Amino acid sequence: MESRRRHAFPVNNLLRKRQIKELLALVSGRAVLIFINALVLFIFCGLLLKTFPILNVVSFSDLLFSSSWYPMKKEFGLFPFLISTLAVTGLAMAIAVPVCLLCTIYLSEYTGKRFREAARLVIDILAGIPSVIYGLCGVLVIVPFVARLGEMVDISTTGYSLLAGGLVLAVMVIPFIISISVDVLRMIPDPVRESAFALGATRWETVKYVVLKKARRGLLAAVVLGFARAFGETMAVLMVVGNVAQVPSSIFDPAYPLPALIANNYGEVMSIPLYDSALMSAALILMLVVAAFSFSAHYALLRIGETLDG
Amino acid sequence: MNSRKLEETLFKIFMMASLFLVFLALAGIVLVVAMKGLSALNLSMIMETPKGGYYLGKEGGIANAIIGSLYLMTGATLLSLMISLPVALALQKEYPGKRFCDLTRLVLDILWGTPSIVYGAFGFVMMVYLGLRASLLGGIMVLTLLMIPIMSRAMDEAVRMVPFELKEMSYALGATRFETTIAVVLRQALPGICTGVILAIGRGIGDAASILFTAGYTDDIPTSLLDPVASLPLAVFFQAGTPVPEVQARAFASALILLLIVLVINIIARLLGWRFSKNIVR
Repeated sequence: MESRRRHAFPVNNLLRKRQIKELLALVSGRAVLIFINALVLFIFCGLLLKTFPILNVVSFSDLLFSSSWYPMKKEFGLFPFLISTLAVTGLAMAIAVPVCLLCTIYLSEYTGKRFREAARLVIDILAGIPSVIYGLCGVLVIVPFVARLGEMVDISTTGYSLLAGGLVLAVMVIPFIISISVDVLRMIPDPVRESAFALGATRWETVKYVVLKKARRGLLAAVVLGFARAFGETMAVLMVVGNVAQVPSSIFDPAYPLPALIANNYGEVMSIPLYDSALMSAALILMLVVAAFSFSAHYALLRIGETLDG
Repeated sequence: MNSRKLEETLFKIFMMASLFLVFLALAGIVLVVAMKGLSALNLSMIMETPKGGYYLGKEGGIANAIIGSLYLMTGATLLSLMISLPVALALQKEYPGKRFCDLTRLVLDILWGTPSIVYGAFGFVMMVYLGLRASLLGGIMVLTLLMIPIMSRAMDEAVRMVPFELKEMSYALGATRFETTIAVVLRQALPGICTGVILAIGRGIGDAASILFTAGYTDDIPTSLLDPVASLPLAVFFQAGTPVPEVQARAFASALILLLIVLVINIIARLLGWRFSKNIVR
């Protein structure tokens, strides 16, 4: 008995080695997962810590709702920037959502698999175009177009305006939203459509009464993700939106969204006290808003996957 | 009956029109950049670094930005691969802790959506805290943060697609989870993993907002990790901002180079996905 065990020793040794490897893999895998979770906390806390100094000087409501932005005089009202961000993003979504919805329905319900795959390929590739390039084309095409449009309705504008920002942003998020929402519509099983056809519904009626109703939550999630993407978009908007710190009163007025504020003023951050803190609070706002959107979209899309699977 | 048909036709026309509009806008962007860029593009644009007076329209090129982007992407891709691959593999359901994995997926989604300017701002704060100046190292670190969620999510998708039966066979032969992961899962998910890496590169190389403060800009090619580094998206941005028409034309040439790189990267990623997927058990 004793000698047999001794004989088996090398085998045991091999097993031990494999177990150690397994354990190492398990531990390092856990470690990276913890790292990822810590990362988001770390970014959040870092920005939060940097935000505190400004709250000693400016009250929270002043920071959000005051429109006086004079960093030299220690007046940090982010209101014009918040409004600009919301306006540019809202405008972009108002343009993008109907177009996206129509395109998505066409690609998902009216075309064959082959055309859909090809169109998806093109749209996915175009969704990857860097934002500076959108901005560059915006400066060349959309800004003069908006200036002409302003002339036609008798409003003097340089073209660098809320409308230009909204248009560029809309073109940017359209491929992004289409890509997600086509996936959502394709997740609806075909028997659902077939039963509507069997009741005598036309293709459009099937879409209107059955498919859209079933896909409502998923489409909403796609739109929300698009909104989040547009909300934090920096370079393309920065290049066409005019960057004047005021509350815009019409869509031909220049605006100054939060990301552009951060990007434009980083160079001089060290020369004015509390300036960096103000910009960090802007970054924190951006992060929180986008995180809230991503959070809700994540759960909406998760629920859809579950209800359709089971 | 007729009104139903009419509605159908009407909406079909709307849909086709909007799809046409989208393709038109996107084709327009490519065409505009190509036409404006080709006229200013020449060999010295690609081969030379900016000489004196380059930003007033004199001689030179953007080799500094091309090489700089290459350096940034090499570093950031390697670093984010080192984190993303273990993340995707550790999210497999054989490992206990479903709730923790779900939480991590949510966190990845949140990180994925976080605007790049936030990464840039956070990176800048960290660099000030650590006493670093705008440098290649800083740029690589911030781009890594930006690319980790893109890469991990794509890889996680690929790893999850591996059929469980395949893994069960490996377990039945007595393999450990680690061995199964290396021998079966990695091999099965390889095309998806490659696609994820390439997609992340495509996003990272075009991102300007995150490296605006962390990588800086310079006319020279960096010689150490602590030197500032130029990059293609910032080259486009800065040249577009100058009032000199020759330099603005060069912004389009730079944009064309960037666009070509991104398009090629993306097309390779898709083709890879198609080609490799033929040899994969489903």
